[in-house]
Amino acid sequence: MYLNRGNKATKTGFGEGVLEAARKNPQVVGIGADITASVGMNLFADQFPDRFFSLGIAEQNCVGVACGLAMTDNIPVFSTYAVFAALRAADQIRVSLCYNNLHVVIGGAHAGISVGPDGATHQALEDIAIMRVLPNMTVLSPCDATQARIMTIQAINQCTAPVYIRFGREPVPDFTNDSVPVEIGKARLMNPGNDLTIIATGHMVWEALAAAEILKEKGVGARVINMHTIKPLDQDIIIQSAGETGRIITVEEHQMTGGLGGAVAEVLSQQHPVPLQIIGMPDHFGESGKPAELLEKYGLSAQKIAESTTHFLISR
Amino acid sequence: MIFHKCDRTEELKVIAAEIRRQVILSLAEAGSGHLGGSLDLADIFAVLWFHTLQHDPHNPHWEERDRLILSIGHVAPVLYASLALSGYFPVEELATLRKLGSRLQGHPGKDHGLPGLEASTGSLGQGLSLSVGLALGAKISHKECKTFCILGDGELQEGSVWEAAMSAAHHQLGNLVAVVDRNGVQIDGTTSHVMKLEPLADKWKAFGWQVVECDGHDHQALMEALCPAREPHQQPKVIIARTVMGKGVASIEGDYRWHGRAPSKEEAEKFLEELQHVSQ
Ligand SMILES: [Mg+2]
Repeated sequence: MYLNRGNKATKTGFGEGVLEAARKNPQVVGIGADITASVGMNLFADQFPDRFFSLGIAEQNCVGVACGLAMTDNIPVFSTYAVFAALRAADQIRVSLCYNNLHVVIGGAHAGISVGPDGATHQALEDIAIMRVLPNMTVLSPCDATQARIMTIQAINQCTAPVYIRFGREPVPDFTNDSVPVEIGKARLMNPGNDLTIIATGHMVWEALAAAEILKEKGVGARVINMHTIKPLDQDIIIQSAGETGRIITVEEHQMTGGLGGAVAEVLSQQHPVPLQIIGMPDHFGESGKPAELLEKYGLSAQKIAESTTHFLISR
Repeated sequence: MIFHKCDRTEELKVIAAEIRRQVILSLAEAGSGHLGGSLDLADIFAVLWFHTLQHDPHNPHWEERDRLILSIGHVAPVLYASLALSGYFPVEELATLRKLGSRLQGHPGKDHGLPGLEASTGSLGQGLSLSVGLALGAKISHKECKTFCILGDGELQEGSVWEAAMSAAHHQLGNLVAVVDRNGVQIDGTTSHVMKLEPLADKWKAFGWQVVECDGHDHQALMEALCPAREPHQQPKVIIARTVMGKGVASIEGDYRWHGRAPSKEEAEKFLEELQHVSQ
């Protein structure tokens, strides 16, 4: 149904987006915390060395300096691993960035369990929860490299306040069509279906679509929604789907608490209660392994999502 | 009453006394807040706002203005008093400090729209990073303006301050001046008891900064110290200003217990009297 044009990491899409925006917008400056290539910033840094500032392995300072640069009419992009961006520098993001309501784009690389062999320390599974509770913050979680590129450009050119954009390490199917406009805050219906709705984010959108194919063979029509914006959350599509399909499953490479599932639960419980199942990490750290092995083990592969869905449909 | 810029110590002395008076009055009115540090910074703020800083109270967003970041947001009263006495907003508004709906938040909050306030601050260890970004921004856009950052001495225990210090020297920010309010005390007691900072000047030197130590209550020395580092080194500069917590009110001078306290109305009256004796 969706064609994989070839596997490509979402961090690469982010890096291409920064470069493309910077070519047209001289306000764009970059901040580096040593892992420039690893977080997709090398394209920009190579092309615009005068606008790229290396600050070393010092994430708290990186956020503060980015804020100061934003106060002097620049649009800073600071990318590092999501565990460091969202957790090490969380207080700087809260006070210096969000309370001052400055336009800085924070890239959270190596998000999710699909980081693989590096293990738990480097697999960000808590960043959505932390970033989405901060006032003024926009939280993006694109599903593939194409969407990452487009949303990065939007974060730079259209947003005027703090943005956190989350992306992964592993090359994953690049399948979205860039001729269909992506709109921040407007989730996208990826697959029609009326038996239940699977709301997925990031890499899990592809897995959810593959799960829908498996379910289709069993006669189950699973609606699939790509929730590429965690905040502001598209409440309308959640409520509409709850009404039309009666059951909702969320899938994310994140802790089951506080992430996409938590955000959807907040909407459903207050506005349109229907049975909800949250698929994610069950209050547990990640571990080393191949990305595919880890997705399988933690119930995040297409096959496992399809199985969970089947159980969910016969329960309650 | 509004004061204009000057370069005579006699005038700065009058201004500093008025800043102290407004600090005491506003804190007494608020009923909570940080008196000790707000008082000991009055001389530094008098020199900054009425001598050193290039700024225009009628045009707070003037692009070429010097920036001041109050990293120790808890001494907001001394900043608010300085801004009001410069003419950014009516002095009467100081009485709204810490009250619901006020533009004078307990720690500076930019979202409340106070003219002349550059940034929300208050979580210690963050202001120098903001200042590095501002100074870097000025440098890459070839602006002449300077950035000043007010740090507490206890605050220097935050590791992020030293991340920022390292980066300021690395990026050769000769347009950046940090001021350390070296009053030697913090909430739990003396800095040497809570967490030793000495040899403090050596630390800054080792991080690549030009260091000037001076008496933080000597207006002449402050006027000389607060100019940015000299070319061609493009080094950031730090002034370690030796101050006495509660300076100006003899009965509380040096008493760390006044770090986080506001005077009652009765205490305020007594303090204002003590203040008058000093300024006469
Ligand atoms: Mg102190």
